[in-house]
Amino acid sequence: MQKIGVFVCHCGTNIAGTVDVKAVAEALGKEPGVVFSAEYPYMCSEAGQNLIKNAIKEYGLTGIVVCSCSPRMHEATFRKTAAAAGLNSYMVEIANIREQCSWIHKDIKVATEKAIVLGRTAIAKVALNAPLTASESPVVKRALVIGGGIAGIQTALDIADAGYEVDLVEKEPTIGGKMAQIDKTFPTLDCAACILTPKMVDCAQNEKIHIYAYSEVEKVKGFVGNFTVSIKKKARFVDETKCTGCGVCTEKCPQKKTPNLFNLGLDTRSAIYIPFAQAIPKVATIDADYCNMLKNGKCGVCSKVCAAGAIDYKQQDQIIEQQYGAIVVATGFNPIKLDGYDEFAYNESPDVVTSLELERLMNAAGPNGGTLLRPSDKTHPHTIVFVQCVGSRDTTDCGKPYCSKICCMYTAKHAMLIRDKYPDTEVYVFYIDVRTPGKNFDEFYRRAVEEYGVHYIKGMVGKVMPQPDGKLLVRGADLLMNEQILINADMVVLAAAIEPDKSARPLATMLTASMDTNDFFTEAHPKLRPVESPTAGIFLSGVCQGPKDIPETVAQASACAAKVIGLLAKDKLLSNPCVAHSDENLCNGCSSCEKVCPYGAITYVDKEFRMPDRTTKIRRVASVNAAVCQGCGACTVACPSGAMDLSGFSNKQIMAEVDAICR
Amino acid sequence: MSMNEFKPKIVAFCCNWCSYAGADLAGTNRLNYPADVKIIRVPCSCRVNPLFILRAFQRGADGVILCGCHPGDCHYTTGNYYARRRMTLLFSMLDYLGIEKERTRVEWVSAAEGAKFATVMNDFVKTVTELGENKRLEDLRCKK
Repeated sequence: MQKIGVFVCHCGTNIAGTVDVKAVAEALGKEPGVVFSAEYPYMCSEAGQNLIKNAIKEYGLTGIVVCSCSPRMHEATFRKTAAAAGLNSYMVEIANIREQCSWIHKDIKVATEKAIVLGRTAIAKVALNAPLTASESPVVKRALVIGGGIAGIQTALDIADAGYEVDLVEKEPTIGGKMAQIDKTFPTLDCAACILTPKMVDCAQNEKIHIYAYSEVEKVKGFVGNFTVSIKKKARFVDETKCTGCGVCTEKCPQKKTPNLFNLGLDTRSAIYIPFAQAIPKVATIDADYCNMLKNGKCGVCSKVCAAGAIDYKQQDQIIEQQYGAIVVATGFNPIKLDGYDEFAYNESPDVVTSLELERLMNAAGPNGGTLLRPSDKTHPHTIVFVQCVGSRDTTDCGKPYCSKICCMYTAKHAMLIRDKYPDTEVYVFYIDVRTPGKNFDEFYRRAVEEYGVHYIKGMVGKVMPQPDGKLLVRGADLLMNEQILINADMVVLAAAIEPDKSARPLATMLTASMDTNDFFTEAHPKLRPVESPTAGIFLSGVCQGPKDIPETVAQASACAAKVIGLLAKDKLLSNPCVAHSDENLCNGCSSCEKVCPYGAITYVDKEFRMPDRTTKIRRVASVNAAVCQGCGACTVACPSGAMDLSGFSNKQIMAEVDAICR
Repeated sequence: MSMNEFKPKIVAFCCNWCSYAGADLAGTNRLNYPADVKIIRVPCSCRVNPLFILRAFQRGADGVILCGCHPGDCHYTTGNYYARRRMTLLFSMLDYLGIEKERTRVEWVSAAEGAKFATVMNDFVKTVTELGENKRLEDLRCKK
């Protein structure tokens, strides 16, 4: 007979706020097999865990049920607690009464009733649990970093510094990400390229880092410590090993009408290109959509001028398969598309630009060589209006409900830089709030207002109206003066909200990593495990987890590397003992299970059985290789004789759960 | 709300890697769905034996829903394909026996789709509530 202990957690008010925890503990105490029942404000705290340990020892408990948060959160914690008190760690079941009860129900009576049902279901299951012992699996000492922006670069460098191999996958032809496009950085105003490009070079020169630029992750298999990843190296039509990055091909290429994506389409480039001067790897890439040779077979100039003979029009995409112990997601962000905001005339006038476009317009390597000119007529703008929160903190369909965090600071930076370089230019900033929490951030903003005379206006812009003379008439509201304002501007700069890169969602699916409703990756714990995904072995670096500025991104990237190093430093990981096993007496050797097993874990052996008439008979029976089995349970259902079962999720356990729910 | 309003019994089997995480995400985002839904965690949707579903109806469940990773995204590569085939067969047989198709459902919910999880559950509970109690397979001897 099992002796079961039930421990109901309040989780502060997270659970106790909507679930009557005392009533739950009392009701569950009356369940068959339960000999001890208690509730406690924080079961995961040391005192809470001690309560569990003491009860296990005092009452000789053979199984425990913790009614608390999701098993994805604290199952491992409570298994350790049980083990510390001498109870097999697989004699623990979690009733998820937080994520699947208290957080989604508002009515105390309803939530309490459901919590009791969830509790008794876990009790019914734990009564049928059997002690299990985890086996060990090796850790592949190699990490994969997906995304080669400043986050991915920093994480890769830190992991490589600890002596582990790192593969850095970047979908663009060069690493560097958004930071490479930025002109200056707040609040110190150092040049972004000057601090980023040395790190890019470090990556290229580090023996432990292997850069897969112009590549994408295609497929991910496996589990923590042993992922198998297929990486698609997209065809550049240039042999990376031969190209010297001399740039002759880009000069001679006759197709110069290709939009320059690095400059956000503000100017054009040749169809064969190197994104920017300091690109890593510094190798040319052919844009197949614009190349005359690839489109209609008429050209071939680059091939003729290339001294290294690197051009290869027949190059195909290449799939590389590699094994990794850990995977880091650093997929970054993009500014949102502004198609839904007609009022700002972004699609109507070239002089309405986004802040990232302004970075390129002001950059020495940008389309105007660093001189700020209106895109439409290349004249010097005398009045510039900045509009903040375009799409941020906007609950309509085209916007994002969150604060993009970086816009207040970069707008102050832009305003300051423009006033510094062109003192004759008047700068107006429309804002809802100015948010400057960060080291030296508020001082920076104050300088923009007090020293540089930037006009900050609290209120939103209602409409931007392009005028026949090329000016932009901006109509906004000044909420402090309670009046309408009209400004005749030369340029309007929109601080577009940032959103996770589009590649993030399919990647999350491949990694089975969770995301929030805005497509930011969810961290394992919002406060205590901010750089890990709830999926073991997946780590988060940079803006893919939430909006961040550069210092925060770098800090998170290094934290992420520390977590990866901690994993790779282990020689063995304990593997899941919840694997399939076959009852030889029931098995008739039909091979149904072998056919459905995705891992080839099932083989057949001839076994001698003693028959009732004292003769022996040799029969073919299934045998599961526990080291290969991943515990999906496909075989358990395929087995017609009911011989196959899954430890930890046995037929009887699940039946008992069904019964407990329907009781 | 009237006191004798019909509250269906719904058993939801959720795979550990996608749908259970999706349900957790619905909770983290405080997305409401009816308390009638009770989740059983299974490693993979392919772990769900048709017998479990028969058992649920026998014990008086009014609806059973099976949630797994999207086709092609199964943590175990192919598990959800087996689940889909098995359930297609089982559900059409149940329908033939008089347990309406609407009482059973297979849905794909990823770990990122907390909102989808809540929507699916709201919709399923509404459908089953409209159908009313399921008496067809209920075995009264199972009741205490």
